[in-house]
Amino acid sequence: MVDHTNTDILRSVQIEKVIVETPSIRTIIFEDKHSVASMPGQFLMVWIPQVEELPMSVGIKSLGSHKFGAVTVRKYGPGSTALYYKQGGERIGIRGPYGNYFSIPKNLRNALIIGGGTGLVPLVRLFGDLLHNHVNTTLIMGSRTRNEVLFEHKAQKILTDNNRNGNIAFSTDDGTYGFKGSTVDLAESILLSKRFEMLYTCGPELMMKGVQKLGERFSIPVEASLERYMKCAIGICGSCCINDRLVCQDGTIFDSNRLRQLTEFGVSYRDKSGRLSYYIPQS
Amino acid sequence: MLNLEVAGMYLRNPIILASGFLGISQAIFERIYDEGAGAVVSKSISRYPMEGYRNPTIVVLENKSYINAVGLSNPGYEAFSEEIKTNDKVPLIVSLVGSDPSDFEIMTRKLDGSGIIGFEINLSCPHVQKLGLEVGDDPQMVKSIVETTKSNTTKPVFVKVGVGSTNVLDISQAALNAGADGITAINTIRAMKISIDNFNPILSNKVGGLSGPSIKPIAIRCVYELWKKFKVPIFGCGGVSNWEDAVEFMIAGAASFQVGTAIGFGGMSVFNSISNGIVKYMERKGYQSVKELIGRSHKY
Repeated sequence: MVDHTNTDILRSVQIEKVIVETPSIRTIIFEDKHSVASMPGQFLMVWIPQVEELPMSVGIKSLGSHKFGAVTVRKYGPGSTALYYKQGGERIGIRGPYGNYFSIPKNLRNALIIGGGTGLVPLVRLFGDLLHNHVNTTLIMGSRTRNEVLFEHKAQKILTDNNRNGNIAFSTDDGTYGFKGSTVDLAESILLSKRFEMLYTCGPELMMKGVQKLGERFSIPVEASLERYMKCAIGICGSCCINDRLVCQDGTIFDSNRLRQLTEFGVSYRDKSGRLSYYIPQS
Repeated sequence: MLNLEVAGMYLRNPIILASGFLGISQAIFERIYDEGAGAVVSKSISRYPMEGYRNPTIVVLENKSYINAVGLSNPGYEAFSEEIKTNDKVPLIVSLVGSDPSDFEIMTRKLDGSGIIGFEINLSCPHVQKLGLEVGDDPQMVKSIVETTKSNTTKPVFVKVGVGSTNVLDISQAALNAGADGITAINTIRAMKISIDNFNPILSNKVGGLSGPSIKPIAIRCVYELWKKFKVPIFGCGGVSNWEDAVEFMIAGAASFQVGTAIGFGGMSVFNSISNGIVKYMERKGYQSVKELIGRSHKY
């Protein structure tokens, strides 16, 4: 008899439904009680047979009164593209959830969330949890262009369901929707006019590095969800190391104190062979 | 009490991080040392960088064992040499993998001057063609690789053997005849996991190496036979999960032992918990030095 309580053991799940989010992003919904018990920021390892196994941020999707596990995937490499084209009724393998999750400090009164692209997957979940906990929250949703804005309707619905105890602001690289420019620039302008007690971020690393700098400048704690190339997800292979931390086990969420110690954050990452590569070429 | 000398390597305790686990960055080596390891073996380093296989590369089994086919991913000896150039803290053993003596010659020369305490030659990776077990099953090749490595370093050289088509004792004999200072036994064992749902072997490489408690009794037998025949320094490896397993390896003949898979289940605190367990055991038994355990079962 297979031990269904050990979430490290691969389990097969049937896809219930696929939702088109944007022209290149879809959400895959499946029955899985462990995913339903997950927290914002945790991830699953998703096996697409014969193609890949990928770390994916885990979400929860309600269909009627029933809750399902969900992953949101952008069509990009072979693995994500194969997952993107999966249909309802097909099966995939999953293990996890893995990693820590965003914390909501007691008595937190307001928070600013800064997310870009698929980094918004855990952040929109977090947005709901914060509003549910009566934390006045502003959510910055960044994307390249208008038709790539992810989860807009979902975020608007969360806001409506929680008596609009928060705000949503949009930024696009090309200015086709909301603020023209980076999420970090938008965050800076918001921080200059309003005091926040917490910054949460997930998205491209250089964007998160920008958020960390804002946190230092305005003396606001930051939590960032980091990404590194991952193989095992259980803290044994070392592929996902950043300095002496393992993103899969010690993260993926790191707070300001830890981020300050991570000299590789926003500077370098390791490729599949373990060699250091740099975000900005070194002179 | 736990400190000992093994083939010229002075260790504060006999608990060593096994090759293949965590070992590519100096920062992680230092963390593992701070967590209580007596020494650290790097991932196997090759002449050129290797990306390894695509995922899935690891399957978790029911019984706290794994099958992996990571594919020897490593940054190559030049980048690795750069990585460890500041090491003056961690007793580091570099694992080397290659397909012919010239690979070992060039890598040993470069790394010999780094802050390392020894080498371990991986002759037994069970899932990469032309590297590892395919080499390790050829006694003549083993001989020339070990001779070449030894002639380019004064540091101790261990040879890691596996359960392949050639007997562990025969390969070890070839390695020792060629000048190896000790044997690491054993590597993972060729294994598979297949999905009964979609009929696919789960690992992208299909076949991988089995590690953890599943292989411990086989590893104990190999260490026992090696000690009985050669009385040379042995690193026991294969399924050490707790101090009881560690003691069993030592009384079978291991001078020290390596820990890997157990980290996935108990985290890095496993090093200290094994240390503490051995100390209490020795106090109970009235032993002064951990060396008294080595090969003790052979009296019976």
